Amino acid sequence: MNRNIVISFGLHTLLVVITAMSLPFLAKKPIDLPPIISVELIQITDKTNIPFAPKAKKIIEKIKEKEKKLVSEQAPPKKIKKQKPDAIPLPDEKIEKVKKIKDKKQNPEKVETEIKQISEFEKKELFDSNNIAALIDKSKTESAETNKKLDKITQDQDKEMDFGGLTLSEEDALKAQIFGCWSIPLGLPFNEDLLVRIKLQLKPDGSIIRTEILDHARMNKPGQAFYKVLAESALRAIKLCQPLRVPSTGYERWKDMQLNFDAREMLEG
Amino acid sequence: MFFRYLFIFLFLLPIKVFALIEVDITRGNLNPLPVAVSPLAIDKASKDNFKRILNKKNLGLEISTIVENNLKQSGLFNPLNKEAFLQEPDIANLKPRFEDWNLIKAQALVTGKVTFVDEKLRVEFRLWDVLAGKEMMALAFTTVPSNWRRVGHIITDKVYERLTGEKGYFDTRIIYISEEGPKTNRIKKLAIMDQDGFNNKFLTLGNELVLTPRFSPTNQMVTYLSYFRNLPRVYLLDIETGMQEVVGDFPGMTFAPRFSPDGKKIIMSFAKDGNSDIYTMDLENRIVERISNHPSIDTSPSYSPDGKYITFNSDRSGYQQIYIMSSNGKNVKRISFGNGLYGTPVWSPRGDLIAFTKLHKGKFYIGVMRTDGTGERLLTENFYQEAPSWSPNGRVLIFYRETKTNAKGEGFSAKLWSIDLTGYNEKMINTETDASDPSWSSLLSN
Repeated sequence: MNRNIVISFGLHTLLVVITAMSLPFLAKKPIDLPPIISVELIQITDKTNIPFAPKAKKIIEKIKEKEKKLVSEQAPPKKIKKQKPDAIPLPDEKIEKVKKIKDKKQNPEKVETEIKQISEFEKKELFDSNNIAALIDKSKTESAETNKKLDKITQDQDKEMDFGGLTLSEEDALKAQIFGCWSIPLGLPFNEDLLVRIKLQLKPDGSIIRTEILDHARMNKPGQAFYKVLAESALRAIKLCQPLRVPSTGYERWKDMQLNFDAREMLEG
Repeated sequence: MFFRYLFIFLFLLPIKVFALIEVDITRGNLNPLPVAVSPLAIDKASKDNFKRILNKKNLGLEISTIVENNLKQSGLFNPLNKEAFLQEPDIANLKPRFEDWNLIKAQALVTGKVTFVDEKLRVEFRLWDVLAGKEMMALAFTTVPSNWRRVGHIITDKVYERLTGEKGYFDTRIIYISEEGPKTNRIKKLAIMDQDGFNNKFLTLGNELVLTPRFSPTNQMVTYLSYFRNLPRVYLLDIETGMQEVVGDFPGMTFAPRFSPDGKKIIMSFAKDGNSDIYTMDLENRIVERISNHPSIDTSPSYSPDGKYITFNSDRSGYQQIYIMSSNGKNVKRISFGNGLYGTPVWSPRGDLIAFTKLHKGKFYIGVMRTDGTGERLLTENFYQEAPSWSPNGRVLIFYRETKTNAKGEGFSAKLWSIDLTGYNEKMINTETDASDPSWSSLLSN
């Protein structure tokens, strides 16, 4: 009797300990998405039309004025173009930008966050230079630096998610590949359940060992001929895509995978 | 004892959870499926026999070309160029080398054999899944040699059904009005042809004006309007025997007779006491029954495939719109609410959609909507086009389109066109003469 109580007590304590120890393990950490950085691609041509570059605009306007003068020397001007009011920045804006510059000087680390929020070209206002090419070079190196940082973040996430799913980029690569291989049969009825689930067993190089249609029973049901057609098209897509674009690491986590082929979105739209 | 329990617990301890990775594939390409149609193999003796009877050099090649053209016409398949094929037809028919077909990116392969047996044409064909390296279907037909075009169409139907999951529409015929001569003095004849435009035949001589031919569900009979002393009369024509019969003389203008799905009745509209309504006539006892009763103009009735409902157009709201009602004329409900005028509603054989012609801002559209009026989609827009008719599988519509005449009155033409439900695959159907008012038969063989 006593012994049983001891065993029971012991086991219960063990259970409590195990639960307390292992539960935090199970809880996934929320995915920490890298902050979005807006990058503007700017082409430098003779006629730039860049919104937040008062300096550049001033230069261009000067050149334009010179040209006008040249024209006026040669012939009487046909029409004098009105100057666009947007071209000259309002005094308020100037003050704001001066404030930003001040901020920068006081706390240089804070610039990092600012880069992420304001557009690249606006940021260039922080640097006092007339050379636009140099500015772009500068921004390139900077974006490269931030990219490096981002890479570190994703690798960290990778480690954390080792036993979770694929990362977004891994999943996207795989999806993009299969999207290209899957010829959706166009004759399917619109209002039916058009979802085929296929379980895969993969080799480390992404080639397929085995495929299994999960709702196999549905294949040969009368009135479900379209399902068979859809399932076959999905199998063809997998075979056509072989070897699949799988991550180079973590074979254990994706050696078994399930692909859900859903044609509804494509056929209804 | 204690350690045993401990051991079991430690064993069950979930240190790490392995969840199966699921990836949702919600997009694919809508490109037509690449199919290789290998010429059907034919031996020397059969070749000579068919050349003697049909004057065709290589019947195997001819039949495979029909299949190829049909598949291409459907817009769902991309038949690959025969010149890229690596394997000879006779060997491919026995056991295809899938690597060879894979190389030219074929996903399905059709092979077959044509033989001449007891004065008859015997065709066998196989459909292969190239990527899986499996046979998907194998069938054989025996028929009289003159039926060779139909064999091609039947093969296409089978391939289409196996690869898309829905019935084909290739072994079908189209009845239409053939038009010749200047616009002011048009000669209109009733004509019938295969759905690909071959085997054209005229059914009337062109003495009287004929209009709106419609197939019966059994394809044996056609009902149409023909003018007699400037008044339209409803006729029945037996295609096989060529026998014509006046169904009835109805008062005033009669419009658009059509069979009920069971083929026992004809539904039409005619004006009695100056008011156009919808009537049915029982073909056995010739009893005429009034279905709709409204002071407005009700025309163009069409039954749902189960025969329980009728769609028609009416101007009871002030403008011509599409309505549905029960087959006894009760529960009338308006379903079209868009801008413009709606006409010629036709219920799809699949039952899910109603096709119509729409006139809006001087343009004609062919479109479809669900039977409750939602999901209106306009498939094609043109200067003048009208009278859609469904393919038997409810995926393709055939209609006719007229071109504008110039100031001199030249340049007018009327041609048959087909468009599928995606709205992308629009094709003109070649006819010898100008053509209008097409009606698509149901499948000749099942």
